[in-house]
Amino acid sequence: MNDRAGCDPFGVSSPLNALELSHVVKRYGEITAVNGLDLIVPDGGCVGLLGPNGAGKSTTMRMLTAQTIADDGQITVLGHELPGDSKAARARMGVVPQLDNLDTTLTVEQNLVVFSHLYRVPKAKRKAAIERVLEIANLRERRDSKVDELSGGMRRRLLIGRALIHQPQLVLLDEPTVGLDPQVRQELWALIDLLRSEGVSILMSTHYIEEAERLCDSVTIVSHGSAVAVGAPIDLVAEHAGRDAVEIYGSPERLVEVEAEMVKEGFPTRRTGTSIAVLGLDDAAGRAPAGERRPANLEDVFVLLTGEEIS
Amino acid sequence: MTTLPLEERDPGRLERTAIGGVLVREIINFSSYWRSTTFSSTVEPTIYLLAFGFGFGSLVSVVGGYNYIDFVATGTVATAVLFSSIFPAMFGTFIKYKFQHTYDAILAAPVDTEELVTGEALWLAMRASVYGCAPLLVGLVFGLSPSWGMLAVPAINFVAGYGWACTGVAIAGWLKGIENFNYVTSAVITPLFLVAGTFFPLTGLPGWVQALAQLNPLFHCVQLVRHAAFGWEGWADVWNFSFLIIFGLLMWRVAIAAMERKLID
Repeated sequence: MNDRAGCDPFGVSSPLNALELSHVVKRYGEITAVNGLDLIVPDGGCVGLLGPNGAGKSTTMRMLTAQTIADDGQITVLGHELPGDSKAARARMGVVPQLDNLDTTLTVEQNLVVFSHLYRVPKAKRKAAIERVLEIANLRERRDSKVDELSGGMRRRLLIGRALIHQPQLVLLDEPTVGLDPQVRQELWALIDLLRSEGVSILMSTHYIEEAERLCDSVTIVSHGSAVAVGAPIDLVAEHAGRDAVEIYGSPERLVEVEAEMVKEGFPTRRTGTSIAVLGLDDAAGRAPAGERRPANLEDVFVLLTGEEIS
Repeated sequence: MTTLPLEERDPGRLERTAIGGVLVREIINFSSYWRSTTFSSTVEPTIYLLAFGFGFGSLVSVVGGYNYIDFVATGTVATAVLFSSIFPAMFGTFIKYKFQHTYDAILAAPVDTEELVTGEALWLAMRASVYGCAPLLVGLVFGLSPSWGMLAVPAINFVAGYGWACTGVAIAGWLKGIENFNYVTSAVITPLFLVAGTFFPLTGLPGWVQALAQLNPLFHCVQLVRHAAFGWEGWADVWNFSFLIIFGLLMWRVAIAAMERKLID
């Protein structure tokens, strides 16, 4: 990616962190959507923004392109202060939106031509940039197909590819695999992993735990607009849930009893819907309850930290 | 490291590259639907022209000193410009905002709302400039005499079309739902369309209507086109043209303000 400078019309040197948010606040009337959020994406890192629906993920994503303006706090993207310098930041950043906004009556290639202009790819490099994206997105054979004729997975690949047309240094992915089947999802994960290996910094919002676990060096778990935990998935699991979880099954009434017992014993628990998972057993020794033992995972941490009630 | 022109290092406002990018998007999209748009934008004013021209033309042969067909042919130029800019601006903006989420994608790129609105209005103005010539060409076929002044018609159309396109964007930015467009069409666009001296001269109307018509950009556009075809009228046309320029600049800023309010929260 050494010809990146050619696509960087603003010539700013790379900062230490690709993206930094500190104490960011966004209110909509009475509702505080983002409430003092801190978030860092180190240069070349892949960070997951994990949180339940309504935690403020989408608002945060919109603030990074200055389509939503923060009420308070500081946002720096690729060394540029937002919202004042947002245009320079946007020139070196690629955005994959949650909602598909491709031009559906145009062909795959035409969509890329449009974005090569919007992202100011120099004329001499446009053709090569488009070929590169067709290759990455594995859409070379479908270049002349109208977007309307593509499958859901192909459209998503094009949406991601479109964000890479100008070889951005930072890519924002907003729920990149929402609503897709497992085959398509793993195909997109491979694509995101490729970007990571090329040293592109990535911020990905998701509520699929497995996605964050597989792809992210670090995750920030948000709840009610602020960060409740930050760290590598494996460290967060060790810190908040311990090595193993024990799942206890039973009738709904029995589960309520088990939950109360375990809380009394001082163990963190979470509901899985069909069982109660008991966590924090590392030092429990003989006090550990009987049940199905399994390794603790990030989902345990997620539910533990963001609460069980659906707001 | 490539050396780049200085002005590209510090992104300013209203950059040519950004407006150009928006234009490219519109032009490439146009290639997928130009047939239907061109059909409606040229056939509709032609039907008006023929219906009024021959319908009324059989009752009245001379209006305001002009042959009635000539009178209507020049008048419907302004109508064609109005319809081919304000309606696509209203509906296009709303659809791109609400259903296609196109603006989210464009504003995530190094393009600001100001450049987005400017680019889209410029494109609609160019289209309207060309489509607006259709009634004139039909008029020529039906006996309108060609004149050198007619060469100024595309430029007049462009300026008027820019103002109407910005008006359409502002309406779409201001209204919450597409169903509210009906209010604007009935209460604003239809009166503007009828009280502009397109199909009948305003001289027969009450004084206060004539005074109000002076505020109607369509009236000034009709006047200019007619004078371009039949002979310029000096300062009166300088005023007509200035009015269209002021209208365009004013609505441009109004459209930007309306869209910034809608797109940035």
